Amino acid sequence: MAHHFTAYEVEELLPELKASLGLRRFIDEEGNEVQKVPLGPEPLMRMYITMVRARILDEWLLRLQRVGKVALHAPNVGQEAAAAGSAMALREEDWLFPSYRELAAYIARGMNEEEILDRAMANIDDPLRGSEFVVYGHRKYNIVPAPVPVGSQVPLAVGAAMAAKILGHSVVTMAIFGDGATSRADFHAGLNFAGVFRAPVVFVIQNNAWAISMPSRRQTAAKTFALKGVAYGVPGVRVDGNDVIAVYTTASEAVERARAGEGPTLLEAVTYRLGPHTTADDPDRYRPREEAKAMEKFDPIRRLGKYLKARGIISEKEEREIWSEWGERIERIVKRCYEKPPLPPSVVLENVYSEPTWNLEEQMRELEESLEVMKELGIGVE
Amino acid sequence: MPVTNMVQALNSALREEMRRDKRVVVLGEDVGKRGGVFLVTEGLIDEFGPERVIDTPLTEAGIVGVAIGMALYGLKPVAEIQFIDFIYEAFDQIATNLSKIRRRSGGMFSAPVVIRGPCCGGVKGGMFHSQSNEAYFVHTAGLKVVMPSRPYDAKGLLKASIRGEDPVIFLEPKVLYRAIKEEVPEEDYVVPIGEARVVQEGSDVTIVTWGAMVYKALEVSKIARSRHGWEAEVIDLRTLFPFDKDAIIRSLEKTGRLVIVHEAPKTLGLGAEIAAYVAENAIELLKAPVARVTGFDAPFPLAHEKLYMPNEARIYMALSRVMSY
Repeated sequence: MAHHFTAYEVEELLPELKASLGLRRFIDEEGNEVQKVPLGPEPLMRMYITMVRARILDEWLLRLQRVGKVALHAPNVGQEAAAAGSAMALREEDWLFPSYRELAAYIARGMNEEEILDRAMANIDDPLRGSEFVVYGHRKYNIVPAPVPVGSQVPLAVGAAMAAKILGHSVVTMAIFGDGATSRADFHAGLNFAGVFRAPVVFVIQNNAWAISMPSRRQTAAKTFALKGVAYGVPGVRVDGNDVIAVYTTASEAVERARAGEGPTLLEAVTYRLGPHTTADDPDRYRPREEAKAMEKFDPIRRLGKYLKARGIISEKEEREIWSEWGERIERIVKRCYEKPPLPPSVVLENVYSEPTWNLEEQMRELEESLEVMKELGIGVE
Repeated sequence: MPVTNMVQALNSALREEMRRDKRVVVLGEDVGKRGGVFLVTEGLIDEFGPERVIDTPLTEAGIVGVAIGMALYGLKPVAEIQFIDFIYEAFDQIATNLSKIRRRSGGMFSAPVVIRGPCCGGVKGGMFHSQSNEAYFVHTAGLKVVMPSRPYDAKGLLKASIRGEDPVIFLEPKVLYRAIKEEVPEEDYVVPIGEARVVQEGSDVTIVTWGAMVYKALEVSKIARSRHGWEAEVIDLRTLFPFDKDAIIRSLEKTGRLVIVHEAPKTLGLGAEIAAYVAENAIELLKAPVARVTGFDAPFPLAHEKLYMPNEARIYMALSRVMSY
């Protein structure tokens, strides 16, 4: 006999629906407090500096890509609040499964500029050993390197969360991905598992309005992305993704809910991709310049800066100093990383299995011989 | 005849087929206003509208699954996979439905979908913008697999694929998109599926290859000629399945030596099937063991792709080996 839901049961869903249709924010784009900010100066400054570092590094990565030192870059510009705010909600022992546009999230997890730049330049100290471009990750920080095909990390985050639960660890996992990724099968499979197994996982959708040339309305006919959680039994919350306080506060609540055994949350951070999809993209082909220009006033760093000044946490002079100090610091790191030698040729056959199989040993000999023959024929290795 | 590159040749093949046959539709990520990330579908939406040039949500499983449904109903969909490295989400649809629906339905239904997309390396694209994954599709009965190496073939083979009755995986070496320009006829023509092309005649050794490796093979054949006087015959397979076995045997009757060059990894690459075919059917023609020069059995790297892919040195090493056997 089919079950008729009682009015009470239907009513129970209403707060969830409201949260997934709302837009939670604490400060508006001019930095005015629209809701009591529950944070003191320390976490607010940490957020600000994390975003400043990401922005400065982002500009360097663009420049380094242009001179051919970095193969590809996916700018995080304009989305720093969504990335930093969500990753900062995690504890050290938690795990992050990012996508390829989360510069501020890696910094929030403790990755430093040198590790990021070594990775981007695929030099001798690249922690990922020249395997791929545009993605970052590190065992030390529990950041699993993103797959370039978007969204395929979503079930991985769920599986890791289930494993932590099975092993009795008080560990939460977080997956960050874009609105485009919600169209892929893995997103749906991952959310479904998370709901069924009440996995301690937080899903963060960075709804940055564009998946390359496709506006987010081409990814879903639903009113919001957060609403998608409801059908999987996963509460959805929609926040102003350019208000780092809203992202951090909401993500923290979700992380603690997960840690307390109350299951997963789907967080939609509404933000905007100010730059191109990647350095290989030309947004002028599909997006009016005026649109991106008009969105600059929602810049999350400018917004938090205004709030910090209005609350008297920093002065205008201190704000300038933060930028110039980090600017100089990062420039020194860029110069150091720039001079590092490339990876050795043998990396192409590394890390395929735990131990090289016989075919790889054979192919290593072929590679070594080919280096000699290249010299003989006058062919360069680059 | 206008001189065009491969992107323009593919674009005109799509445009002409869409004009010729109202059932031809194009679907994929960013194929409309953006014109595809490599501009293969540029301008099609202006001529044919959003009903026939469909910007889809970001899901390869959806793109291919929906294309199969469209084909079952009678359309001729050409589905773009933005990079062929992203096709794996759709692999279930390809292995379960696309390749088997004819057999599964006793021949009553078929899904002549063309799935096309940029493949292969050489553009410093890293692990997921460089793969040569043709072997998965060759291994899946029910699919035809094509890879052109020049604009003329790209246009003619794409037209033949669209007009055919079977599903086709159409692989476009992205490094050649703008690198090769040649005269391509404006009048209608097709390049039949299943026919290889002898790019260069030679009497000492046969190099069977496809895609961008055709040019590497030609380069090495020059080195071999000037250093040793060896004459290499270079065969561009063009259709990877059903491959032109007769063209290979005809060449071996002249040369008796076979070097196979492909970008895809060695183990169970298409080179293994070609070598096995020759061993089973024409071993008496061989004067030396078959040699393969391939991508290594490792994921495609960002660093040192030139060393990972077959390069002139490794092809030269293989030629020297079979010639001095």
